[in-house]
Amino acid sequence: MKNKKEVDRIIAKYNGKKGALIPLLQEIQEIDRYLSKDAMRYVSEKTDVKLAQIYGVATFYTMFRLKPQGKHIIRICKGTACHVSDANSILKQLRETLKLEGDEDTTKDGMFTLMEVACLGCCSLAPVIMINDDTFGKLVPDSISEILKKYN
Amino acid sequence: MNLSIKIGLGSCGLAAGAGEVYKAIEKYLAEKKLNINLQKTACIGLCFEEPLMEIIADGENSITYGQVAEAQIGDLIEAFQSGKPITKNVVLSNFMNASENENLQKQKRIVLRNCGIINPQSIEDYLERDGYKALEKALKLERKKIIDEMKNSGLRGRGGAGFPTGLKWEFAYNSQNDKKYIVCNADEGDPGAFMDRSVLEGDPHSVIEGMIIGAFAIGADEGYIYCRAEYPLAIRHLKKAIADAEAKGFLGDKILGTNFKFKLHIKEGAGAFVCGEETALMASIEGERGMPRIRPPFPAQSGLWGKPTNINNVETLANIAWIILNGASEYKKYGTEDSPGTKVFALAGKIKNSGLIEVPMGIPLKDVIYGVGGGMKTEKPFKGVQLGGPSGGCVPASLLETTVDYASINKTGAIMGSGGMVVMDTGTCMVDVAKFFLDFTQKESCGKCTFCRIGTKRMLEILTKITDGKGKIEDLQKLEELSENIIKGSLCGLGQTAPNPVLTTMKYFKEEYLAHIEAKKCPAGVCVALQRYEIIADKCIGCTVCAKKCPVKAISGEVKKVHFINQTECIKCGICFDVCKFSAINKS
Repeated sequence: MKNKKEVDRIIAKYNGKKGALIPLLQEIQEIDRYLSKDAMRYVSEKTDVKLAQIYGVATFYTMFRLKPQGKHIIRICKGTACHVSDANSILKQLRETLKLEGDEDTTKDGMFTLMEVACLGCCSLAPVIMINDDTFGKLVPDSISEILKKYN
Repeated sequence: MNLSIKIGLGSCGLAAGAGEVYKAIEKYLAEKKLNINLQKTACIGLCFEEPLMEIIADGENSITYGQVAEAQIGDLIEAFQSGKPITKNVVLSNFMNASENENLQKQKRIVLRNCGIINPQSIEDYLERDGYKALEKALKLERKKIIDEMKNSGLRGRGGAGFPTGLKWEFAYNSQNDKKYIVCNADEGDPGAFMDRSVLEGDPHSVIEGMIIGAFAIGADEGYIYCRAEYPLAIRHLKKAIADAEAKGFLGDKILGTNFKFKLHIKEGAGAFVCGEETALMASIEGERGMPRIRPPFPAQSGLWGKPTNINNVETLANIAWIILNGASEYKKYGTEDSPGTKVFALAGKIKNSGLIEVPMGIPLKDVIYGVGGGMKTEKPFKGVQLGGPSGGCVPASLLETTVDYASINKTGAIMGSGGMVVMDTGTCMVDVAKFFLDFTQKESCGKCTFCRIGTKRMLEILTKITDGKGKIEDLQKLEELSENIIKGSLCGLGQTAPNPVLTTMKYFKEEYLAHIEAKKCPAGVCVALQRYEIIADKCIGCTVCAKKCPVKAISGEVKKVHFINQTECIKCGICFDVCKFSAINKS
């Protein structure tokens, strides 16, 4: 946990507000780009919400990340339209290009984290990936290396 | 000539490069010192033609160009100014031939009435098109009268289940409590559906106005819009719209000078499909794990923080203002007796015109796919259409005469759902599609009900076995038994509908399951484990490239001699097929 002051500020902001646990954790996650054990413990101590409850919420929702993330987040859409437009070949190409093995999702140099997401809602452009906030559509496996170059 | 230009900056437009086009026009106008009014709008639904650029002369004659590239914009503007507009790639126009004019004429746009036309971030644009007039009218009516009007309109919940909206409002109205809530369900999680996203991005005020009217009718003074966090643009537009509506006195205390007060919040989801279920959604707003609760009590009696709560979907709410302004009888002119009004569909997959459409209920599926949808994208013929996402089912070609209304679609085994239509051609394997959906529901099951948690996992394992060529004929029976038990043993819609994709594909595409199990063949050529790669001796020149690239050294052969693939070692990765320059590898 890098910035305790910032965490304190966020906790104070949501103090006493009902149903605040999820937005509170979402904002704290922004600081280190993931929720560390330390951060969750600290929130529990400061807010009197049980650590088990915080961990329960953090593991339930896919947007909470419990491991350090790469500099760039690649989201590959696994929605229906992308699936029938062969998103699997894009995934395979991404994993090969990023040299991700087994169930690894972050590259060894910490540049990229690859996430599979349900649907990005750009079905007319299937298959689609999103890198940070940029969307790339109508992909073929050969498009991948060119796109990744922009982020290296 | 007074020119204005509109660019569609919805998520799909931006993904297709509309942001760059917008910037290029800005630069062009500044360089040429042209006095042209450049405006932002959102998605008109022609997603397959994005980026779209509309040029309008004196607020009248307009042309919308499709697939606009940055390099073209100077030519397009100059030609239009000279009175001889470029005719290539004209998709819409009110004075010349355009490829999609007919497409739009076949639609009836109530929910999408402003999408792609107004600037969604301008409350003035919305007001100009009768915005908040329905609220003004509603505040002068008796609350019971509004509910009666909704009941008369026959509007049914557009989130999927189709429960009559007026009745839902009446339950909340009748619930006695000093505190009530109204919630907008914008947790559009079905893969392949993007109707709600487009409405929120393109016309956020229509949803907000619907919510304020609903709140007034049922007696709520606080509301939440629960929007999935994967829709950052929709959230941004909503925040702006709420702030503008507050500033104009449509939200807050003493709305339009009356004693009615209403406070509206946005809650961002955190990524859980099950939160689209209303009791799970409420748990999530309360900051808990989004797990469904047992009903009764229904939300109308005990919802958010134990208070009476009314939950409606985005599309449902976008209909409200139109119905109040134009009347229930006018609304009933569209659609069928049992399903009045219109429905928005997101067309995707192997269809030519992928995008968003709004059609009257009761039109045949065939007219949606081959009419408005423009037919198939490639030469491969139609095979099926998935309706209702992971909760829905796959409808085959033989049932394309089915009309789009709740009862008729339910009869096929699919459901209307939220409105996703994913079209598949003969290149799609139906067993693989069923496996895809089960994989999704199995991951998204919250784990509360045993049958949903473990049953979907067992079904997925069986389907994986079948697509790996290891299936047995008795597996089909097992899939049916598991389906029946999951439907019976699940608390919420996620589990109760999870087996639908498997049941419908088994019903309509049984021969494909049998081909996988008995002949160990995937007719569509999709299932990797059932593929077979062989070298065509006549074509192989012995260049050795395939043997060098094969990751498991399954290819042998000497230089300049015909090579050979050892089938027991081959992992079917397809690399040899991709690298062979002589088309000497046969994939079957």
